[in-house]
Amino acid sequence: MYQYDEIDQKLVDERVAQFREQTQRHLSGTLSEDDFRPLRLQNGLYIQRFAPMLRVAIPYGLLSSRQLRALAHIARKWDHGYGHFSTRQNIQFNWPKLEEVPDILAHLAMVQMHAIQTSGNCIRNTTTDHLAGVAPDEIVDPLVWCELIRQWSTFHPEFAYLPRKFKIAVSGAEQDRAAIQVHDIGLQAVRGDNGETGFRVLVGGGLGRTPIIGTVIREFLPWPHLLSYLDAILRVYNRYGRRDNKYKARIKILVKELTPEVFRAQVDAEWAHLQDGPATLTAAEVARIGSRFTRPQYLKLDALSPQYTQALAREPGFARWAGRNVHEHRVPGYAAVTLSLKKTGVPPGDATTEQMEAVADLADRYSFGELRVSHEQNLILSDVKQSELFAVWQEAKALGLATPNIGLISNIIACPGGDFCSLANAKSIPVAAAIQRRFDDLDYQHDIGELDLNISGCMNSCGHHHVGHIGILGVDKQGAEFYQVSIGGAQGNAASLGKVIGPSFAQDEVAEVIARLIETYLARRDSEAERFIDVVRRIGIEPFKENVYGNAHQKREARARQLAAA
Amino acid sequence: MATLIRNAKLAHDSWQRLEAAADGGLPSIPPQGDLLVPLKLWQLSSSALLGRPSGRVGVWLAPQEDPALIADSLDALALIAVHFPQFTDGRGYSTARLLRERYGWKGELRAIGDIQRDQLFYLSRVGFDAFELNDGIDVPQEDLLRSAQAALSAFGDFSEAYQTSVERPLPLFRRRGAEVA
Repeated sequence: MYQYDEIDQKLVDERVAQFREQTQRHLSGTLSEDDFRPLRLQNGLYIQRFAPMLRVAIPYGLLSSRQLRALAHIARKWDHGYGHFSTRQNIQFNWPKLEEVPDILAHLAMVQMHAIQTSGNCIRNTTTDHLAGVAPDEIVDPLVWCELIRQWSTFHPEFAYLPRKFKIAVSGAEQDRAAIQVHDIGLQAVRGDNGETGFRVLVGGGLGRTPIIGTVIREFLPWPHLLSYLDAILRVYNRYGRRDNKYKARIKILVKELTPEVFRAQVDAEWAHLQDGPATLTAAEVARIGSRFTRPQYLKLDALSPQYTQALAREPGFARWAGRNVHEHRVPGYAAVTLSLKKTGVPPGDATTEQMEAVADLADRYSFGELRVSHEQNLILSDVKQSELFAVWQEAKALGLATPNIGLISNIIACPGGDFCSLANAKSIPVAAAIQRRFDDLDYQHDIGELDLNISGCMNSCGHHHVGHIGILGVDKQGAEFYQVSIGGAQGNAASLGKVIGPSFAQDEVAEVIARLIETYLARRDSEAERFIDVVRRIGIEPFKENVYGNAHQKREARARQLAAA
Repeated sequence: MATLIRNAKLAHDSWQRLEAAADGGLPSIPPQGDLLVPLKLWQLSSSALLGRPSGRVGVWLAPQEDPALIADSLDALALIAVHFPQFTDGRGYSTARLLRERYGWKGELRAIGDIQRDQLFYLSRVGFDAFELNDGIDVPQEDLLRSAQAALSAFGDFSEAYQTSVERPLPLFRRRGAEVA
């Protein structure tokens, strides 16, 4: 866990004072709504369908038990007793009062937290691998680099009013668990020939209404140049990114319109002026930031705990949970555990005050007081002794956080959707619930195997539907809520964008459509080892389409039915 | 006339800003007085502007105008301004840094257009030292002065900054090192 120094703390305190004063001016009528909007957005405050929504930053998803208790307190005192963990590893509160937000920010500052730049057209919270620092396939621990980027991006004076929001993700492992190919900038930490750290730099990836996989513009950026190179990319974007149309304002459009080659040349020309300048990182600074992270004091343990293996053999429910929700750890005898926030019937990513407090206790007792938020909207205990996994499972089960569904169809990523969000075309939460109910049989879920199902309530794509093996997108059809289904998307190293299977469906049809897709998959797979996404890649989307829409005749009938319904 | 802040104090403004007409036609050049002219007028009539019997010359840049276009003219100018049509159009922040850091402009650098107190801190960090506040419409003069006076506190919104900037060329991590040494 990164520990603030005096200056880090002071800046966050000063931000609270600044925003308190701005809020007062707004409430007293001297700061208009138009002028206040960009300021409140840069403090995470949206005006939503029913009430303001406050998005609190959880930098790179790392959270201490003390911070989680503070979030629980905020949920109890200023909200309706729960919070929503988002795909940017942040937490959102849906019911705060505008005039109370400065008090909430002050409370956050007491535990070294804030809502700085969690919204608005600026550099947003940097995200990373939820197993950063503990994954066995890690090449470089990304946390120190993430904190360096956090400091560099916080109150960056040149880039506070960009054409559009800007998101950076960092991965330091062989398996990309941070979706770096669909970020404005994706950084893959790698090792050079002499073992020195560097970054492969991708730009122009993104979801939204124009989903694009990012392009590599630099194969190996030696670490001292990280910040000056980011400055160069951001400056080119700030100066030349489109500002005439917000739907074409993301960096991906600039990269596409210029071509990646020309964009790279412009960045390099800019960087030629900045390279080796004062922003060049020093080994001393990297070491200083590293030393401000508390690190777990691991015990020397055997690679495999006998208590763990015995419990696995004894208790099938535990074995099933361990198979899905327990992850390998680089330190012998330890494991990382996903606490699922995807129980059937609960909005994906939601946690109650009581759950947050209980999870904070679990983190204290079993995981060095630290936890992570994953971009799949779950909580992770990153450093649990294998010998204590059984106890963690039992406690998590009692809290409703032990659904053994990580990587399975019911581990749905979903945005808050039309129930809360004023941008949404359609609701997400009831669709997620209907699918979870349709596939509630855990044996069936496990038989289906690995499957990412993602739901977005509109094409802003907060639910990452483009990179779901199955993606569901809420669309507006003459004022009615409909859902477009795509298949073949994927996150990770082999990232790809899903293809739409055909005309959209009414809300009550969606679960059945998903069932048809699964049916097709099960009928066509070679073996259990061939995942849904593998089958889509092998046979294409046609067989799936046919099973959903039927032959041409049935298709016409279905269309007529839909038209009548709409 | 907009309220002017210069070097973190309320200041008197001697400059007259010229603008192109709506159809793009360039204004005529008054024979005297300090003139802040659009880039195009400067490019077409620099000798006429400099040859006037009295008065200094400054250039204001629109957000999309590249400061490289006046890099060779800096010695002849007494003021450079950058226009912000809306405060959310952040291109002028990069323009300012380029003028200061790359082209070496040492004179007054003024932010004009939709400038409010909430932008003063960042603007000053990227090199602006003068600011024409957007006074809005029909606001009484005494209220303007009071709010401009209050706006001066915005320069102190934050006591430190992580990044390299015009105002603090060394990033915090290099200044920390210096303190220790």
